[in-house]
Amino acid sequence: MAHQGEPTKLRWGELEEDDGEDLDFLLPPRQVIGPDENGIKKVIEYKFDEDGNKVKITTTTRTRKLANARLSKRAVERRSWPKFGDAVREDVGSRLTMVSTEEILLERPKPLGAKTEEPKTSGDPLAQFQKGAVLMVCRTCGKKGDHWTSRCPYKDLAPPSEGFVDKPAASDAAAATAGATKGAYVPPGMRAGAERSSGSDMRRRNDENSVRVTNLSEDTREPDLLELFRPFGPVSRVYVAIDQKTGMSRGFGFVNFVNREDAQRAISKLNGYGYDNLILRVEWATPRAN
Amino acid sequence: MRPILMKGHERPLTFLKYNRDGDLLFSCAKDHNPTVWFADNGERLGTYHGHNGAVWCCDVSRDSGRLITGSADQTAKLWNVQTGQQLFTFNFDSPARSVDFSVGDKLAVITTDPFMELPSAIHVKRIAKDPTEQTGESVLLIKGPQGRINRAIWGPLNRTIISAGEDAVIRIWDSETGKLLKESDKESGHKKTVTSLAKSSDGSHFLTGSLDKSARLWDTRTLTLIKTYVTERPVNAVAMSPLLDHVVLGGGQDASAVTTTDHRAGKFEAKFYDKILQEEIGGVKGHFGPINALAFNPDGKSFSSGGEDGYVRLHHFDPDYFNIKI
Repeated sequence: MAHQGEPTKLRWGELEEDDGEDLDFLLPPRQVIGPDENGIKKVIEYKFDEDGNKVKITTTTRTRKLANARLSKRAVERRSWPKFGDAVREDVGSRLTMVSTEEILLERPKPLGAKTEEPKTSGDPLAQFQKGAVLMVCRTCGKKGDHWTSRCPYKDLAPPSEGFVDKPAASDAAAATAGATKGAYVPPGMRAGAERSSGSDMRRRNDENSVRVTNLSEDTREPDLLELFRPFGPVSRVYVAIDQKTGMSRGFGFVNFVNREDAQRAISKLNGYGYDNLILRVEWATPRAN
Repeated sequence: MRPILMKGHERPLTFLKYNRDGDLLFSCAKDHNPTVWFADNGERLGTYHGHNGAVWCCDVSRDSGRLITGSADQTAKLWNVQTGQQLFTFNFDSPARSVDFSVGDKLAVITTDPFMELPSAIHVKRIAKDPTEQTGESVLLIKGPQGRINRAIWGPLNRTIISAGEDAVIRIWDSETGKLLKESDKESGHKKTVTSLAKSSDGSHFLTGSLDKSARLWDTRTLTLIKTYVTERPVNAVAMSPLLDHVVLGGGQDASAVTTTDHRAGKFEAKFYDKILQEEIGGVKGHFGPINALAFNPDGKSFSSGGEDGYVRLHHFDPDYFNIKI
């Protein structure tokens, strides 16, 4: 402490301990240096920190003159008015006035030149794939880059061989034995002549490299998820669970990658990633136990 | 643009006012201390201590020497702008809602709320040049309208007083006799509480904002409806650019609903409209709560907004704002 030698009538013991502000008069006065010709102003202030130690704070600010600012004489005079009220004891640490870190634009309701807003993609997030349509192969007619299997216009024309692949595997053995006994129902995939390999292949394609994303915000839709995961590699499917009744997102979804490595990378990168104020949980989707 | 954020108030903002030169910005809030800021860099110049309730409104004299504030502590106070010293207190029996200096600063109109079976009232006070000679006597007292009067301002040449409030009717009174001269008709007028009223820089027309989600532009002399600006939020604050044909509307969902919804759903932007075409020009985002106060710098090159979030945001326009075309 620098001021022990100074004669002061106050005794330390008489001062309330927790009332640090009352001690402020013991500090050297505020010093303002400048502003010099470059507009650099130095303010030296002293205050007590939490432990009662004296801290010297030097704030250097540079004021720049606006080139075309025209001020009246009175306004210039007012500029040098002394501070009053709470502004006198303005704490150096408390930054009352800040410049926004964010650039705020006057947001136009519609961009210049645009006539009407693009029609919203009506609930078909996969329509976005249209551009890089290599992935899009119709399994019914084999056409590339035109439509998805579920939208195939030739669905009715194709043999229904691949329609019911998602039957439980439990019927596999049963079907094999039951195939001999006549009259029992045999799923089309299990019938003689059906390409069994292709069926199981497709099933794997649906489940493999599937990544489960949980703790999504309600506002997240499939296009958002696609945008989030696409940088890691080609994505074959995006799905966000929607509540049938309310139409709101249930907060989880699935993303299927074409390559397993991409999926692994996405998991390691995005698990714990903050997305729309929520922390995402990204993991391998475990196949449902049948 | 990068707005300047001023966090001097601990409670929601209620009113903002620039002085005539546009170098000082006065802010009122529900905390008890009106504050003055330098309007160019947002530095705080001082605070005015003395009120014991929310401060609803303020006005500054043309020479930036006097400030008048109206507060919920049932007083209106006159202040020395430079020193923050209290000069005079007008006592009322109900909260003071709105204050306005007349042209020439010799009179002031103060409105008081309906309170404890007292009806709302418009008081006209004489403002003495020398504060020691100031008296609290009313020159004129107007009673009549039902509900709160949210805003009362002087008409051209101080001949009239324009008032608007909870009953959604805009009235023009004779400032000499207190006689009701004109009333906006129910058909074309606002449907809900008028929250704010702003005069154009020449005083020939004025803009009102209302909770019916619209703002309307009126002729000051004839009280004919000129334009209507429809928006999708209740309008709490309005301002008119003195430079361009732009009007700004601020508002947002009810403060009580803010915490229950996403901030994007709240519509807390300040919306710019073309004054003549009534078309939206754009929005300025930033507040985390409804906008309660808006003010345009008299030079038209900056504006500030005050929100329920306690922040004043001071925006200096980018150069491209001045050549916006619709």
